[in-house]
Amino acid sequence: MANTDIIIHDEKDNVGVVVIDKITPKQECNCWIMENDGSVTIVSKSEIPLGHKIAMIDFNEGDTILKYGHDIGKVVKPIKKGEHVHVHNVKTKKW
Amino acid sequence: MEIPKSFLGYKRENGRVGTRNHVVILPVDDISNACAEAVANNIKGTFAIPHAYGRLQFGADLELFFDTMIGTGKNPNVAACVVIGIEPKWTKRIVDAIATTGKPVEGFSIEGAGDIKTIMNASQKAQEFSQWASEKQREECPLSDLWISVKCGESDTTSGMAANPAVGNLMDKLEPLGVHLCFGETSELTGAEKVCATRGATQEASDKFMKTWSDYNDFILKEATNDLSESQPTAGNIAGGLTTIEEKAFGNFQKIGSRKFIDVLTPAEEPKKGPGLYFMDTSSAAGECLTLQAAAGFNIHLFPTGQGNIIGNAIEPVVKLTGNPSTAINMKEHIDLDVSKILKREMNMDQAGDELIKTTIRAASGRLTCAEVLGHKEFIMTKLFRSA
Repeated sequence: MANTDIIIHDEKDNVGVVVIDKITPKQECNCWIMENDGSVTIVSKSEIPLGHKIAMIDFNEGDTILKYGHDIGKVVKPIKKGEHVHVHNVKTKKW
Repeated sequence: MEIPKSFLGYKRENGRVGTRNHVVILPVDDISNACAEAVANNIKGTFAIPHAYGRLQFGADLELFFDTMIGTGKNPNVAACVVIGIEPKWTKRIVDAIATTGKPVEGFSIEGAGDIKTIMNASQKAQEFSQWASEKQREECPLSDLWISVKCGESDTTSGMAANPAVGNLMDKLEPLGVHLCFGETSELTGAEKVCATRGATQEASDKFMKTWSDYNDFILKEATNDLSESQPTAGNIAGGLTTIEEKAFGNFQKIGSRKFIDVLTPAEEPKKGPGLYFMDTSSAAGECLTLQAAAGFNIHLFPTGQGNIIGNAIEPVVKLTGNPSTAINMKEHIDLDVSKILKREMNMDQAGDELIKTTIRAASGRLTCAEVLGHKEFIMTKLFRSA
């Protein structure tokens, strides 16, 4: 089994979570999809620390982030596949 | 793994079982803290639970105060209790309610006597209770005598990936054995509230949950001065990779596994519908939530953390687990169970759930938790509104 760098909760999710100390730009990362035990790979564009999210697709402003198969917020700045997804480009739809 | 059938607990007069054998000196109000702490200092084998309230509260806030104080004294982890208040009337109300369990309890009021005489009289009673409790022995008890409360803190994305679902796995395995279970954190289910509502075992439970959540959410919106992004997620959550309250909520929600909740409890309310999972309306602040759950009669607590919350509780042992490999190393002394191998896929959820069951049973049977050894005895009253 290849080293897992990123875990994706649900196959519908469009973000994954870094589970190694950090990933660096242009790193080819192995992703494990928990729900169906599937695997995909992605090339990162940002340095992303443990526990932080990576975009699995390109996003435009207003798009919805899916994690656990559910809506967890809206994109407020375009995000490219492989980039860091966090409070600088995603906001809650609540409050 | 074959789940052990029993743990070693203290059988109490009313049929409940304690995982601890505390003799508690309970001050009724802020100004009785000094007296209670002096008694606890005099008499070994006892401890005081100082707090900031108990004066000029009224209405629902006063009722919650009494429920919290009385529930704390009634908890089966408490073998015996000395209650000290400034005035006799509120002191007696708490003593009489704790006495319904059949456990030894005695009240003292300071007014008219002063601290020194009260300390002397209460110390004599505390000595009697301490020596009486010291002879109690643990006996084999079925797992159905466990009342397990859960709450997570300083969560990060590893909480939703490893530590919280490990708790969910434990719930899935222990609920069929007749264990009482309780989760809370009303505001932290925001974003997952509709999915959570579908987990009501009955339409009534689902409706009661939605009403409870909406009322709390309305209150937050009314009082909030900004979009609350400063508080939820917290700075610790954000450092750990959590971005929005919705993401935090779905991670939080993993703690109940695939269980359904049979009822919604008000803060500190004792469950009355038998074994199973309950939701309690609580703040998401750990100290407040745990104090309410302990006051409702829960006798052991599971606390998953990501970035490393260090909370304990005055009377409930708190078992802490983490899925974050850095926290497991850097805050080792706070972590009772490390499930970070899940992230490396060196441990699956079934194994993590089994390990947590073993750790829980050991703690319930007397092994001191990290929080206990480090002296964490948090007791934080939930205040509904300001006093008169």
